[in-house]
Amino acid sequence: MVATLKRTPLYARHVELGARMVPFVGWEMPVQYKGVIPEHRAVRTDCGAFDVSHMGELHVDGPTAPAFLQEMLSNDVDRIGDGEAQYTLLTNEQGGIVDDLIVYRFAPGQYLLVVNASNRAAVYDWLKEREPRGCEVRDTSDDYALVAVQGPRSLERLELPDQPAFTHAMGELDGIEVMISRTGYTGEKGVELCCAAEDATDLWDAVLARGAVPCGLGARDTLRLEVCYPLHGNDITPETDPISAGLGWACALGKEFTGVETLRGIREEGPARRLVAFVMEEKAIPRQGMPIEGGGEVTSGTHSPMLDRGIGMGYVPAAGSAPGSELVIDVRGKPRRAYVVEKPIYRKET
Amino acid sequence: MPAAESYPDDLKYHPEHDWARIEGDEATLGITWFAQDALGELVHYEPPAVGAAVAKDESYGEVESVKAVSELVSPLSGEVLEVNEKAVDEPETVNEDPYGDGWLIRIRMSDPSEADSLMDAAAYREHVAEQ
Repeated sequence: MVATLKRTPLYARHVELGARMVPFVGWEMPVQYKGVIPEHRAVRTDCGAFDVSHMGELHVDGPTAPAFLQEMLSNDVDRIGDGEAQYTLLTNEQGGIVDDLIVYRFAPGQYLLVVNASNRAAVYDWLKEREPRGCEVRDTSDDYALVAVQGPRSLERLELPDQPAFTHAMGELDGIEVMISRTGYTGEKGVELCCAAEDATDLWDAVLARGAVPCGLGARDTLRLEVCYPLHGNDITPETDPISAGLGWACALGKEFTGVETLRGIREEGPARRLVAFVMEEKAIPRQGMPIEGGGEVTSGTHSPMLDRGIGMGYVPAAGSAPGSELVIDVRGKPRRAYVVEKPIYRKET
Repeated sequence: MPAAESYPDDLKYHPEHDWARIEGDEATLGITWFAQDALGELVHYEPPAVGAAVAKDESYGEVESVKAVSELVSPLSGEVLEVNEKAVDEPETVNEDPYGDGWLIRIRMSDPSEADSLMDAAAYREHVAEQ
């Protein structure tokens, strides 16, 4: 059987722009237009636009929605009010990570979850199976398009006011109704714009007309890795826990949610291994799955356009996880030296 | 800036998208425009050691872009005389000038007759068109 790849409402735009289209978790997505490095630099210095319409949107509504989400998600959802958003994790009974996501609150009992494309069905099924009376989970992903506009000049180019990070509001961009969220996956100032699927091309055209450089999944990956945002499926999985991954800050261990007992135990005893960030000392590019000497493994690796070096993240025994620790990475049979650094790997000079 | 697509007539081509410029019993090797375009901007070149033996159709090194790793396949057998250090230090040179400044190694051929099995530019262009 040949699986048919899904396309976002912006597929034709990507092809017209000369993007290289690749399969990505069941979607045909642009990996790059002009090149990963110039697109990466555009986001670090000016403004880039990403089609992230493949991501999933799940609405969770009803009087019991707050209590339900408190039980399902690791972070304290009661800490966000209307117009606010929060990074959180959907955990399993073992404390593993089913998905990492952003929850948006519109009104009491009205939430939107923006989930990874790869986990859209898993998250929906997980929540639907556990959905209590007085709460409805709906997958509305196909109704929306999502465009991330990121970079130090993004707000200026879109003529949007600088709102605090992790807030959202309904608004308008060049006549198109959008939900504007001060969120992103690049480490830069920026917004994610959510609009009706039928308005997607108008929104994309408006954003590009304002000078945003179209950017593909290639730059999205190098940007997020420089600032050590984990990628689900690589750095965090249903088999890895948030404490070992350094995501304890997104876990309210004082409340009850799936797997919290296990996570309290890991916090108490200290994790056996930790997800660290590292920079190559020798010329080499680490890649996912490469062994790290002493019982570790690279979970994400790339060439950093800003550092002009190989960088990555990976799990190593906790004893050797402090910044400055030497690592030896097996690069296709050749040992190559790296060292652990504080996260994020790339920090903007201020 | 990336180079425009071209396949010079004075080169010999290997189906794995490597080229050879033969001068006497020496040859300069590199990757074709098609290969560098498929990979994208190169960020790493892992060359062989000077003096190492390379064998026709076998890997002699690697080039990497942000997203991908590719083996370098030698179109000819011989001994490595020189490595292009500019391509090591600035791998993007290969994208900018794949047949000039972006050459990868120079070898002394051990069996110059091997060149007869390589494609000329016209045959390689057809090969690329089929990809």
